[in-house]
Amino acid sequence: MYVIVVGAGKVGWNLARELLAKDHEVTLIECSRQRYLVVEDELEHAVQYGDATELWVLERAGIQRADLVIAVTGDDEDNMLVCQVAKEKYLCDRIIARVNNPRNLPHFKLLGIQPAVSATDLILRLIEHEVPRYGLVHLLALEEERLEIIELEVSTDAQVVGRRITDIGLPEGSLIISVLRDGSGFVPKADTVIEAGDEVLLVLDPGLEDSITGFFSPNGVS
Amino acid sequence: MFVLVVGAGRVGSAVAKRALAEGHEVSVLDEDPLSHERLDAGQPRSWEDAGGQFTVGTALEIEALTAAGIDGADVFIASTDGDNTNLIIAQIAQRQFQVPKVLARVMDPARAAWYGEQGLQTISPTQHAIEMFELALYGTAA
Repeated sequence: MYVIVVGAGKVGWNLARELLAKDHEVTLIECSRQRYLVVEDELEHAVQYGDATELWVLERAGIQRADLVIAVTGDDEDNMLVCQVAKEKYLCDRIIARVNNPRNLPHFKLLGIQPAVSATDLILRLIEHEVPRYGLVHLLALEEERLEIIELEVSTDAQVVGRRITDIGLPEGSLIISVLRDGSGFVPKADTVIEAGDEVLLVLDPGLEDSITGFFSPNGVS
Repeated sequence: MFVLVVGAGRVGSAVAKRALAEGHEVSVLDEDPLSHERLDAGQPRSWEDAGGQFTVGTALEIEALTAAGIDGADVFIASTDGDNTNLIIAQIAQRQFQVPKVLARVMDPARAAWYGEQGLQTISPTQHAIEMFELALYGTAA
């Protein structure tokens, strides 16, 4: 795979190094001369000097044949612009953008730039995972495919306890894909009986969370 | 007409002042409070006394755009000193707020040309300078 990484900060440099170690072809683009010289010392010809928001710099890096463009500079406007140009002008199949300020996330969405990865958001999700205060953890949202995967803990007096999956009557557009019980997981069948303390993974159409949580939380309270 | 100018540098402030003098309603948004001085410079009255509006804020913040009145804007002018900022906020004005007329200042001619083809009205001072130089040199621009 040919990958162009824009921005040789900590994220970009390490990403390029990992991708090279996995035998991908990589070009890393960095616009600070000083930083470029530091990184070039290690990555040599895999790093190019220039402002990747200039079209000729992207073309010099061979964006026409890139399979993936990753924009991870510290500037959200630059990341949005690089990804928009990669996708719409150079018809690159896959883009990944870094979101520095989570408040800019709606702008990435508005311009159709996905996936847009925000470190703040990822850490918040990890906190949710460690401290499942709301009983529901978002594991994955596939926005283009309009699907999400969530994890729920079954509380002791939830209405699903002691019932077979087929009898629960989950809404259309939701499916239990895995049950974690006593530290190990298995794929349930229609006649699997849900127990208190189980952790269940569900795949959902977006927007169904609220109607789902009631099945697994105490007394149907979400 | 209600004109919102984002970025009160030399270009933005001059365009804003002229628009106000022409009798339009004008609001200026800039992240630097000191840029207000450019709006007052050489004017008999202060910007506000003359009827202008000034908001301090960053153009990527929807709250700042809203405070500056983007919801009622007929014209949106993106004239910050960053090409990429101008291109992004101009698209936000277009797509999210449906401002009827959106203009973006883009120094880089290549980016200005491509975004122009995508339906964004871009103005490239660099392109104009190139043409002026060529005109002065050859009597015709390339």
